[in-house]
Amino acid sequence: MSSIMNDTTPSEMAASTKQWWRIDARFIPLVITISLFIVMATAGSVLYDGFFAPQVFLNLLIDNAFLCIVAVGMTFVILTGGIDLSVGSIVALTTMISASLVEHHGISPFITIPLVLVVGALFGLLHGVLIQRFRLQPFIVTLAGMFLARGLSYLISTESISIDHPVYLWFAQTRIPLGSASLSISAVIAIAVVLIGMWIAHATQFGRTVYAIGGDESSARLMGLPVNQTLIGVYVLSGFCSALAGVVMTFYMLSGYSLHAVGLELDAIAAVVIGGTLLRGGIGYVAGTFFGVLILGIIQTLIAFDGTLSSWWTRIMVGVLLLIFCLLQRFLEARRTAH
Amino acid sequence: MNMAQRDEDTLIKRLTTHQLFSPIAALLLLLVIGTAVIPHFLRITWFEGHLSGTLIDILNRAAPLMLVSIGMMLVIAARGLDISVGAIVAITGAVAAQIIGNNTSVTGTYPLIASIAGALGVAALCGLWNGLLVVKTGMQPIIATLILMVAGRGIAQLITGGQILTIYYPPYFYIGNGYLLGLPFALFIALLTAITLHVLLTRTALGLFIRAIGFNPVAAHVAGVRSRLITTCLYVFCGLTAGLAGLIISSNVKSADGNNAGQLMELDAILAVTLGGTTLNGGRFTVIGTVLGALIIQTLTSMIYSSGLPPQVNLAVKAVLVFAVMLLQSAEFRGTVRNVLFKPRTGTSS
Amino acid sequence: MTTDVQCILRAHGITRTFPGVRALDNVQLQLRAGEVHALMGQNGAGKSTLIKVLTGACAADAGSIELEGNVVQPQSPLDAQRCGISTVYQEVNLCPNLSVAENIFAGRYPRHSWLKGAGINWKAVNEHAQQVLAKLDLNIDVTRQLSGYPVAIQQMVAIARAINISARVLILDEPTSSLDDHEVKQLFAVLSRLREQGMAILFVTHFLDQVYEISDRITVLRNGAFVGEYLTKEFNRSALIAAMVGREFVLNSEASKTQRNDTSDTTPVLEIRQLSRKGQVHPVDLQIRQGEIVGVAGLLGSGRTELARLIFGLDRADHGSVNIDGNHVALDSPADAVAHGLGLCPEERKTEGIVAELSVRENIILALQARNGLLPCLSLKQQQELAEKFVAMLGIKTASIETPIGQLSGGNQQKALLARWLAINPRLLILDEPTRGIDIAAKQELTNAIVDLARKGMAVLFISAEIDEVLRESDRILVMRDRRKAGELAGGCNEHAVYSLIAEHA
Repeated sequence: MSSIMNDTTPSEMAASTKQWWRIDARFIPLVITISLFIVMATAGSVLYDGFFAPQVFLNLLIDNAFLCIVAVGMTFVILTGGIDLSVGSIVALTTMISASLVEHHGISPFITIPLVLVVGALFGLLHGVLIQRFRLQPFIVTLAGMFLARGLSYLISTESISIDHPVYLWFAQTRIPLGSASLSISAVIAIAVVLIGMWIAHATQFGRTVYAIGGDESSARLMGLPVNQTLIGVYVLSGFCSALAGVVMTFYMLSGYSLHAVGLELDAIAAVVIGGTLLRGGIGYVAGTFFGVLILGIIQTLIAFDGTLSSWWTRIMVGVLLLIFCLLQRFLEARRTAH
Repeated sequence: MNMAQRDEDTLIKRLTTHQLFSPIAALLLLLVIGTAVIPHFLRITWFEGHLSGTLIDILNRAAPLMLVSIGMMLVIAARGLDISVGAIVAITGAVAAQIIGNNTSVTGTYPLIASIAGALGVAALCGLWNGLLVVKTGMQPIIATLILMVAGRGIAQLITGGQILTIYYPPYFYIGNGYLLGLPFALFIALLTAITLHVLLTRTALGLFIRAIGFNPVAAHVAGVRSRLITTCLYVFCGLTAGLAGLIISSNVKSADGNNAGQLMELDAILAVTLGGTTLNGGRFTVIGTVLGALIIQTLTSMIYSSGLPPQVNLAVKAVLVFAVMLLQSAEFRGTVRNVLFKPRTGTSS
Repeated sequence: MTTDVQCILRAHGITRTFPGVRALDNVQLQLRAGEVHALMGQNGAGKSTLIKVLTGACAADAGSIELEGNVVQPQSPLDAQRCGISTVYQEVNLCPNLSVAENIFAGRYPRHSWLKGAGINWKAVNEHAQQVLAKLDLNIDVTRQLSGYPVAIQQMVAIARAINISARVLILDEPTSSLDDHEVKQLFAVLSRLREQGMAILFVTHFLDQVYEISDRITVLRNGAFVGEYLTKEFNRSALIAAMVGREFVLNSEASKTQRNDTSDTTPVLEIRQLSRKGQVHPVDLQIRQGEIVGVAGLLGSGRTELARLIFGLDRADHGSVNIDGNHVALDSPADAVAHGLGLCPEERKTEGIVAELSVRENIILALQARNGLLPCLSLKQQQELAEKFVAMLGIKTASIETPIGQLSGGNQQKALLARWLAINPRLLILDEPTRGIDIAAKQELTNAIVDLARKGMAVLFISAEIDEVLRESDRILVMRDRRKAGELAGGCNEHAVYSLIAEHA
């Protein structure tokens, strides 16, 4: 029996397989995303005067803080192979509840803000239970949730309610200096969410189970991972992130309005996909999503700097990027199965 | 139990388990409520050479949704989904308006034919794009059509130059505002499409093929059904119905709005398809049910608008509807309900 | 207790009945420490049911499982793992998107202390994983994604995970089906190591060579019953095959068939030359003439089904050509094959054959209508006549032709599938395991029908795992082994000739 041992060791065999490609397949989309961002930033800096300024880049964060927060939650949902279409509506609902409670009912922001975060998480819980317990399609469940949240915010008021509570004004106006430039508190919150998201994804049982479910749900169950709780958990997390994004939006807009964040779910999904997360789940990084958001932001900035391009080019370019990344994903998947 | 009673029982059972029972019952219920709550709900009068009244108005407004829902139904029946229909509605409106031109001097029939042909051509191309993306790359349908959903509104705005293009060409208004035999012309477009499709489904093998693909795509493929070709064609058809809806809508409001035309139309269409009794898992579908589903949604919307309730309730009501329909379709939910309802009872009786 | 080595797992009296079938009847199995034990049997012998019982995937109706003297009743595969019975399947049950190390430690991660944030200690995970794999003589980059490695390595990672959960018993269910010769050797090296470490290993396979290469003992099952337990070195191939098949080979038996079609001078209906697809079938040549039944014999995984799929255009061939009636044709999809008068009853009847929700009538006319295209559409009356005709002809037992086909028994579903292809009046019908899972009477009717059709001029490619069935029906037999053509035999040859081709050393 020992004769078969001295042929080749398994490690040699592994070493001989596709070493020409040094980057692990997991990282290819992420590398492409970051490279794309750098290319776009460089192109902007070369083409337009005043583009290469710290404040221009920090503004990417300031103007897209809420998108960034929503996209982090969405990343976890998509990593399990699901989708959450309700995020934009929950943002709108959060701004409406906040504005209404603070301005019309005189309730302290320090009670209001935790309350709306709980409401968002409960919305996510509803989705999660329906999807996990009753095996409904995430798409249709969160679609209904989207209607419901938007409908509820209309019920509170169809008019925009502006907020001029001092606490909100403070959050909106405070700037944290960073050299010659500065950051808003919202942007800091967004960065914190990204960092916490990265930690959850990388270093917690919950985060790893999310990846395992996306890889192979039945294997994950067989490995003894808490699949059911995690499936519900990602929707709770997404609901919570949406509510937090809603809070940040009240800081940014200083108003509550039912028509805030229309179509935000599409931007969030686009950011996640452009960030290199596989829509079938299992592969992707919160850091990638962060760069996906920055890419969406820089497209708008580029178009603004150009001045001759109209705003709708943003949508077309996002669509084209989506197409490229989806095709890239299919290509990578096909390569893997062919392997 | 005597024979007559038993016959009656099976008749009732057959009626209530029929695929169309729930949508018809829901629509009737809505009409009853409407009659009770809204004054003159059922009144139809002859006014300026055509029928007029709340019901006629509902039929007129429901026409675009019927069209889009029919296309969506076919795609869903073959295990697909098309969430770009709203964007296609916007694009076709924009194309038609652009072809007609943004001035008051347009006359003759040539612009009418050109705009309709151009708009429908573009709509078919959109559908072809979706179909090829799904069939050739093997992307999930929701993702493949998401691309056009995102980019489509940008394209529509590109065509209109970001403006709301106003149309000043009276012949075009007929599509969405005209009346034929006293009834809205748009309704004829929708019904003609539905009937044509019904004929295609029953007189050709299309219905059989779609059901085979929807129930078991692999087996259909092995049996020699050209499932890829058929699936692509269904997406093209879906694009065309969305294009027709885009024509009606832009004609109705006499303008093309790249940003807002057909907003949330994909969701309404999916809802109409589900309400009509088509399952989202593919295979089982009904044209009449889908038409009824679209009517239910429009009736509900119109009732809310005219009942004095804030129109925004509409979305919340739709949400509750979707949740209810979904749960009723879920085997797990029915199982849970059975357990909750019947377990304790058998426990106490035994 | 005999003088045997220590018995770790002892299952006896295992009985399991499914509706209408007794899958396991009073079966026993003993696994000893430091031994590789092969579980052998033909399709339907009860191997997979026995494994399901051992791993808790399904419960036994009777019998008991003792693990190191304690009675265990695993409720689920997870539960069985906790008891110490781990299974590695042909389809690796790991997450392909996670790293090798994580796949070994998922759910049992080493943690940082609370002071350092209580997160997962990836450094420890990777180091431990490296150590665990080193025990299997496997030195690979554990931080890379699992799917980046070949299946053989993935299986070894699965084994590493299994033994890391301190398994005493390792079940390998067809682990070598998708491995090449070299990879099999790697796997066996690992198994040898584990054997030295005192692990009890149950090895399920269809490859006789491998059984003799690695196993110490063999348990044979047949028709759900225990045949015997043998020491491998005292049990030769013919004896093993006889035990699996259930009868001795009669050497030089006379050909039983008298009436055969002699059509060797006509143009073949189908001729394939060097048809191959990477990883599935090595180049194969084959000719089938009008009225001829060509049987395909071979063990599971020998490339039988893959060959059928290639011919029918279900999989695209890399090389080779297909001629029909002497003309070169490109079969890129089943639709093309159907257009050229080919039909295929697939092996997976439920997932690839029937459309369960459609009626018997619709299932029967599906292929004919697919060949017609959208128009001309068969009228309801034509459809009914056609369906009624075949229901009567093949004796399909159904409440009505409008019954959803999913409600029929397996045999009747198979007959309806046969009817689907007969409706297009095919030149060549490929039947992949048409009689599997069907009771004996139905089996006989089905094979009679097939022979009748061939006598009327239809060419048939008949694939079956049951060698005697192939022998009985075929005019010529193509024997497959290890995804290549092992040889061709004239009809009426004896079983021994087939088995010797199958069992031949590579």
